Amino acid sequence: MCRFAVIRLAALALLAAFATSALAASADDFKTALAKAEAATKAAAALKNQWTTTADVLKAAQAAASAGNYDQAVKLAGEAEVLANASIAQAKEQAADWTKAVIR
Amino acid sequence: MTAKHRKTAICGAMLALAVAVLGAQTARAASAVDPQADFKAFRAYFTKRFPKVPLNDFVNGPYSMDAGLRKQWIEIDAFPPYQFALDKGKQMFETPFPNGKTYADCFPNKGVGIRQNYPYFDAKSGEVVTLDVALNQCRQQNGQPPLDYSKDDMAALTAYMAYTSRGKPFDIKIPNDPRALAAYQKGEEYFYTRRGQLNFSCSSCHVQSAGDHIRTEVLAPALGLVAALPIYRSEWGGMGTTSRRLTSCNSQVRAVPLKPEDPLYRDVEYYLSYMSNGLPISGPGARP
Repeated sequence: MCRFAVIRLAALALLAAFATSALAASADDFKTALAKAEAATKAAAALKNQWTTTADVLKAAQAAASAGNYDQAVKLAGEAEVLANASIAQAKEQAADWTKAVIR
Repeated sequence: MTAKHRKTAICGAMLALAVAVLGAQTARAASAVDPQADFKAFRAYFTKRFPKVPLNDFVNGPYSMDAGLRKQWIEIDAFPPYQFALDKGKQMFETPFPNGKTYADCFPNKGVGIRQNYPYFDAKSGEVVTLDVALNQCRQQNGQPPLDYSKDDMAALTAYMAYTSRGKPFDIKIPNDPRALAAYQKGEEYFYTRRGQLNFSCSSCHVQSAGDHIRTEVLAPALGLVAALPIYRSEWGGMGTTSRRLTSCNSQVRAVPLKPEDPLYRDVEYYLSYMSNGLPISGPGARP
């Protein structure tokens, strides 16, 4: 009975250790996330509708990567991508909606 | 009628219909830009919303909206904070370039009392030319490097030129040129388009919320907004041009600003100045 419990515990510990190492982001993960964020930022710039926050978060992501904190870097690059995509959505929506605000 | 003839007739009718629809759409797009109608609606909106504000007082921005703020401004204006810029601008304006010419040689009426005619649409370049752009064009024609469009010397020069034009009514013309109408419409679009993470347009503050407060500040109405430029802003601790005002507004709503005097910024100034036609130049101004 006790032997089974020890084996179960050891298996769980091994699994947890394996899962943790699998979750840790690498430099390559950051490169991928950064490329996506930069592509979205470029698309927003083409629409002349970038947000200052996107640039700030992207800068923070690069700083985290430089410090070797890839988990944080990947997370921030993802945030930058979301912000850039939101600014693109805003530009597309406003391309038609601005006329609704015009004084008639 | 044979089957072949019938088919040809149907095709012809469809083609004619398509041409008619396309033609109607083009006509609608062209007639959609109507600066005169916009002007009337714009003027009516502000005068109805603020019936106690005399028309010419709109050029005084927040001071036309708030009695307490107006009292402070009158006190401040006894020793106007833009005076140093005005003196510097006059000196710069009168100092000859190394070739002996001056700014006066580049402008109608020797550059005196002409602020109300800017911006204008330049048929040759197909672009809107603001006073700031015209000043840098003048410098380049005389072998001088361009000035920074945001503050300092450019603000000083435009302050002096505005001062010599005080009281003269805005007289902005939009020629019957598709490029001028397109520039006007781009300016209008920029003014009403929401941008930045805060999702604000210029009109969010200066139309919908004109006269309201943002923290301690009173939002100026869009009518007459450009008449006081350039301005001394206490917030900046110095002078700023129209470009500085626009880039600052963009940053405040967390939008990446355009470059100073970007063609789009010029178009916005063109639109807003046309909306202020008939109102007197009051610049240089002082704002909190």
